Amino acid sequence: MSEELHDVRLTVNGATHDIRVPARRLLSDALRHDLKLTGTHVGCEHGVCGACTILVDGEPMRACLMFAVSAVDHEITTVEGLADEDGTLSPVQQAFAECHGLQCGFCTPGFLTTITAGLEANPCPTHDEAREMIAGNLCRCTGYQNIVKAVERAAVLRQAQEPA
Amino acid sequence: MKPAPFDYRRPGTLAEAVASLAGEPNAKVLAGGQSLVPLLSMRLAAPSLLVDINGISGLDRIEVCEQQGVDGVRVGALARHAAVLASPDVRRVQPLVPMALAHVAHATIRNRGTTVGSLVHADAAAEMPVVLTLLGGHLEVEGPAGRRTIHADDLYIGPLESALSHDEIAVAAFFPALAPGAGVGFEEIARRHGDYALVGAAALVDGDSVKVGYLSVSDVPTVVDLSGVADADLGEAALEKLEPMSDIHATAAYRSQLVRVLTERVVRSVRKAA
Amino acid sequence: MTSKLMGQGVQRVEDQRFLRGQGRYVDDVAVEQDVLHAAVLRSPHAHARVLDIDVSDVLDVEGVHLVYTYEDLTGPMAEPLPLLIPHPALTEGRTQYALAKDEVNYVGEAIAFVVAEDRYIAEDAVSKIRVQYEFLPAVVGVDAARAATDLVHADVPGNIAAKLEQNVGDAVAAIAAAPHKLELELTIERSACTPMEGRGTVARWDRDLNRLQLWTSTQSSTGVRAAVAVKMGLDLGQVDVITPDVGGGFGVKINHPWPEELLVPLAARVLGRTVKFTEDRREHFISSAHERGQVQHIEVGFDDDGRLLGLNVEFWHDHGAYIPYGLIVPIITSTQLLGPYKPQNYRVYFESLYTNTVMVTPYRGAGRPQGCYAMERTMDAIAKYLGKDRAEVRAVNFIQPDEFPFDQGLIFQDGRELEYDSGDYPASLEKIKALVGWDEFPAFKAEMAAEGRRVGIGLACYVEGTGVGPYEGAHVHIETTGKVKVATGLTTQGQGHATVFAQLVADELGVKFEDVEVVTGDTRRMPYAVGTFASRAAVMSGSAIHLAAKRAKEKALKIAGEALEADPADLEIVDGVVSVKGSPGSSIDLGTVSVLSNPLRYAFDEASKAATQFSVGDPGKPPVPEDEEPGLEGRDFYSPERATFASGMHAVIVETDPDTAEITILKYAVVHDCGNLINPMIVEGQIHGGVAQGIGGALYERMAYDESGQLLNASFMDFLMPYVTEVPDGIDIDHLETPSPLNPLGIKGAGEAGVIPSAAVFAAAIEDAEAPYVPGLVITAMPISPSELYALRHSQGLENS
Repeated sequence: MSEELHDVRLTVNGATHDIRVPARRLLSDALRHDLKLTGTHVGCEHGVCGACTILVDGEPMRACLMFAVSAVDHEITTVEGLADEDGTLSPVQQAFAECHGLQCGFCTPGFLTTITAGLEANPCPTHDEAREMIAGNLCRCTGYQNIVKAVERAAVLRQAQEPA
Repeated sequence: MKPAPFDYRRPGTLAEAVASLAGEPNAKVLAGGQSLVPLLSMRLAAPSLLVDINGISGLDRIEVCEQQGVDGVRVGALARHAAVLASPDVRRVQPLVPMALAHVAHATIRNRGTTVGSLVHADAAAEMPVVLTLLGGHLEVEGPAGRRTIHADDLYIGPLESALSHDEIAVAAFFPALAPGAGVGFEEIARRHGDYALVGAAALVDGDSVKVGYLSVSDVPTVVDLSGVADADLGEAALEKLEPMSDIHATAAYRSQLVRVLTERVVRSVRKAA
Repeated sequence: MTSKLMGQGVQRVEDQRFLRGQGRYVDDVAVEQDVLHAAVLRSPHAHARVLDIDVSDVLDVEGVHLVYTYEDLTGPMAEPLPLLIPHPALTEGRTQYALAKDEVNYVGEAIAFVVAEDRYIAEDAVSKIRVQYEFLPAVVGVDAARAATDLVHADVPGNIAAKLEQNVGDAVAAIAAAPHKLELELTIERSACTPMEGRGTVARWDRDLNRLQLWTSTQSSTGVRAAVAVKMGLDLGQVDVITPDVGGGFGVKINHPWPEELLVPLAARVLGRTVKFTEDRREHFISSAHERGQVQHIEVGFDDDGRLLGLNVEFWHDHGAYIPYGLIVPIITSTQLLGPYKPQNYRVYFESLYTNTVMVTPYRGAGRPQGCYAMERTMDAIAKYLGKDRAEVRAVNFIQPDEFPFDQGLIFQDGRELEYDSGDYPASLEKIKALVGWDEFPAFKAEMAAEGRRVGIGLACYVEGTGVGPYEGAHVHIETTGKVKVATGLTTQGQGHATVFAQLVADELGVKFEDVEVVTGDTRRMPYAVGTFASRAAVMSGSAIHLAAKRAKEKALKIAGEALEADPADLEIVDGVVSVKGSPGSSIDLGTVSVLSNPLRYAFDEASKAATQFSVGDPGKPPVPEDEEPGLEGRDFYSPERATFASGMHAVIVETDPDTAEITILKYAVVHDCGNLINPMIVEGQIHGGVAQGIGGALYERMAYDESGQLLNASFMDFLMPYVTEVPDGIDIDHLETPSPLNPLGIKGAGEAGVIPSAAVFAAAIEDAEAPYVPGLVITAMPISPSELYALRHSQGLENS
């Protein structure tokens, strides 16, 4: 007896994708294996590490805690959708490069999406707010020191980008 | 860590959702899924059917209203923690709700997880069941026989077990308003920021009445009436009614100490705010 | 002008891929193709005989392609996995089978292997395998292993795999004769590397080429390659191992081959399909490796100044159910325990013990944190006993700068003498005292006490043998475009090798940094290599790359000299252009030199015409001179006589809550000496990460096994890896650069250092914070949680408040 498949239309980084998947397909797996968007990483599959964090209608959510079938009707943004179309890094990405905010790079996509949304909501975070912004994401390499710096640097880069 | 197979329905109305549950004793309702999906992925739960209520409109409402003659705030089944936390109405009507919600997991989880879902999940280590119990709120539940309310006192019947029947869907939660002159407070201590608390305490002080609710102390949310107890004796008085547990993170003796400290701390915080 | 890049905080080139989501980790490999996925049935019991395995239900599951149990393995594949590092003292070495044969010895041991259309179906299939077990008593923890009431392996008496003793002088006699003596009993619990990416392997058998391609998340491509070839009965030349981007290693990925690294290629060959295994988080906790668990007994004799006269250490090392990585961890503990000190008379004896738990292989620090803990707790105990300043007691025991090279008289983990090459420990101590405010601390403590706050300070010192052999190699190829392609065989797990190695090449060759591209961990590009462990990548591959670049440069200058009719000694290379010093008009770019290095019969583009037979060459000589090879390449290897010894000191100020026993870090300071720095930004990043991992190990993380051998916290919910909220806001770092005389760059390793002193420094600081209030409180077990500190306050003496 084969498993029932569902037609699912996902909107990811502005593009529409039609896939046929079982109901149990995690959104993280749909992004990675069906849409081939492997930038979203899977670190724990129980919602604790944050590596799979994506933006759902602009809000950070764990892709491993959603099913693809539940993700219809939403605009999804993954790490692949953060840079400009011409390839210019976003302020958050640029800040990570400048501040050495990543080492192995595995947790990085989840931090980038989380901070992108965080700065959208709070463009000028205090130092404590910068730390709080990343408080739900695990990193095993950096000790977070340079990620906090990157949040603060990204806020500066964002402001410089704002049209006067 | 991938879920076992299940059937899936995404009804557009509550009536359809209730109908989907009929005759499916192993069905589960999917709202935010922040507690359910990990259980599925670890195969600690393997429902035959998942009824996804995210397509039902109107369930995300947060409204100030009166129910059963009591003023309060009604939180719909699809209202995300983040929306409840950010709601000025909720903050004004019952400030204990946002105080506790700020401690629920991390912001990213709060963006998807629902307050009602957390109440139904019935985890005694979670913040919201204790809050509902302390405030004497209730749950609105829709089933084949129509709608009924379950008072918080009757809701939590065992570890991770609520009084909802398998064919019922929680539609909303009702948190009674803070009475004029009354005060509330919330304190918890967790190993890591954002973790389930080792011990948490929510307080409701109204005149001479002092009640404190505890999470992570026993296997259901527990409220202790501390009215008339001298401030210096609050912790010990609470402990007389509680039997804290041991686990890999804390001994019962340490939890008892946290009950002492947090009871005094939370009551003090209410009095200080008054 | 090209300025020297060595010592510059150059931004990382690899970040451009990572930041765009274009990293290629092992689970990303072959994602565009129709790949099959594997899942593993793992033992739910810590110790049992396997009576029967029934897979009949699995074959009915639609989408299942293959299921293996031990019965399906033949030849070398049916033999135990290799014991990677044999040692004469390791008389009872036992390793597991790729799939359990007759018996399981830890929760998580692989029993059956399924390949299916996707991972979901593979897990469905695994859940349908029925196994009959006969339960055996589980041996959990050092005490149970030593008691040996029950045995892990029936043929290993006392659960002892190895006993090893080393002596310098006569410690027992020296202690007996010493004016003061102390004894300490210490324990340290298990933790684990827990990289964000677990293990994973992808294999493709290419029938056209009769060749295996294997991508694996490893710290040793060449090690996996050799093991796979032997196990599958293939020629080494038929196996390519490619290590793609790796999402963290920290040691656990140096062990190899994991069962899946053999079963995945076997299945790929049998099925003729690409097969992928991606370990999930629960699997990582129960089927990868742990480390750190030891019980230590220390006896020390010392004089009135706290000078060590004799040190006698015995310890018991829990290595889990199997011992594939040999005695490396306990040997490192037993030798690196000495730190920057010279105890004069030293005896160390250890036993490496089997338990029914996940096996132990090196985790960042690899036995050094335990050694540092033993030694530094001893230093603190001596200071307390004598009523002396803890820094002073350490200082009187330091090896002095004029005593290098200093031979500790022991044999180190690499089989070589434990001889320190260089260092300046008194200078480090002065720096750390200044950085943390050691001398000002008593006043601060009094000030805090007046407010009812408890604060304490701790200090811990270490010496770390880094850059162990046997060798690494490098290949540098200057292409006809002038671009430089560099390959070294060891792997990368986030250390920024593509950046630091390019810095070295740019400096040595005189090319633009952007023109250098570095590949690591690909056996097609560099088949001779060892691996990334023991803080050795910069020292070993860095040195090899430097040497290989030098060779390429010599050849370039020789060919350019002929072209420019100049003496090579008069030439210089700047930004990829070779010119005669002082006469920039006479120049040739490296791309053209590369063209000229390869005499051609056939032109393929404009530039290559210059190298064809009617354009170039002396008709009286062979086109390729004797003792030369075509191509502008350099290849070399670096193989040092012995390790180089980095060192450092950490200090921490903590606050303990009088009511809740919560522990808060107020200040964390690090002085670090890894010789000359290639890229200080990257070194500091390594320190930050090490410190955070150390904080995890000291205050949050443990492996909570129950008596039956079940791991109770096999998730990120309950294994408390620190978030940003658990690490200090700022880590103060100061560097000392004492060059190593052993390698051409004067460098020492930096990867592990940050984690080494954690258990020691936190135990010291917490004890110091509590001392005025609970005078009897001694911390002898790490990690420590608030619950445990609270228990100590009540068991070791009533509060003094």
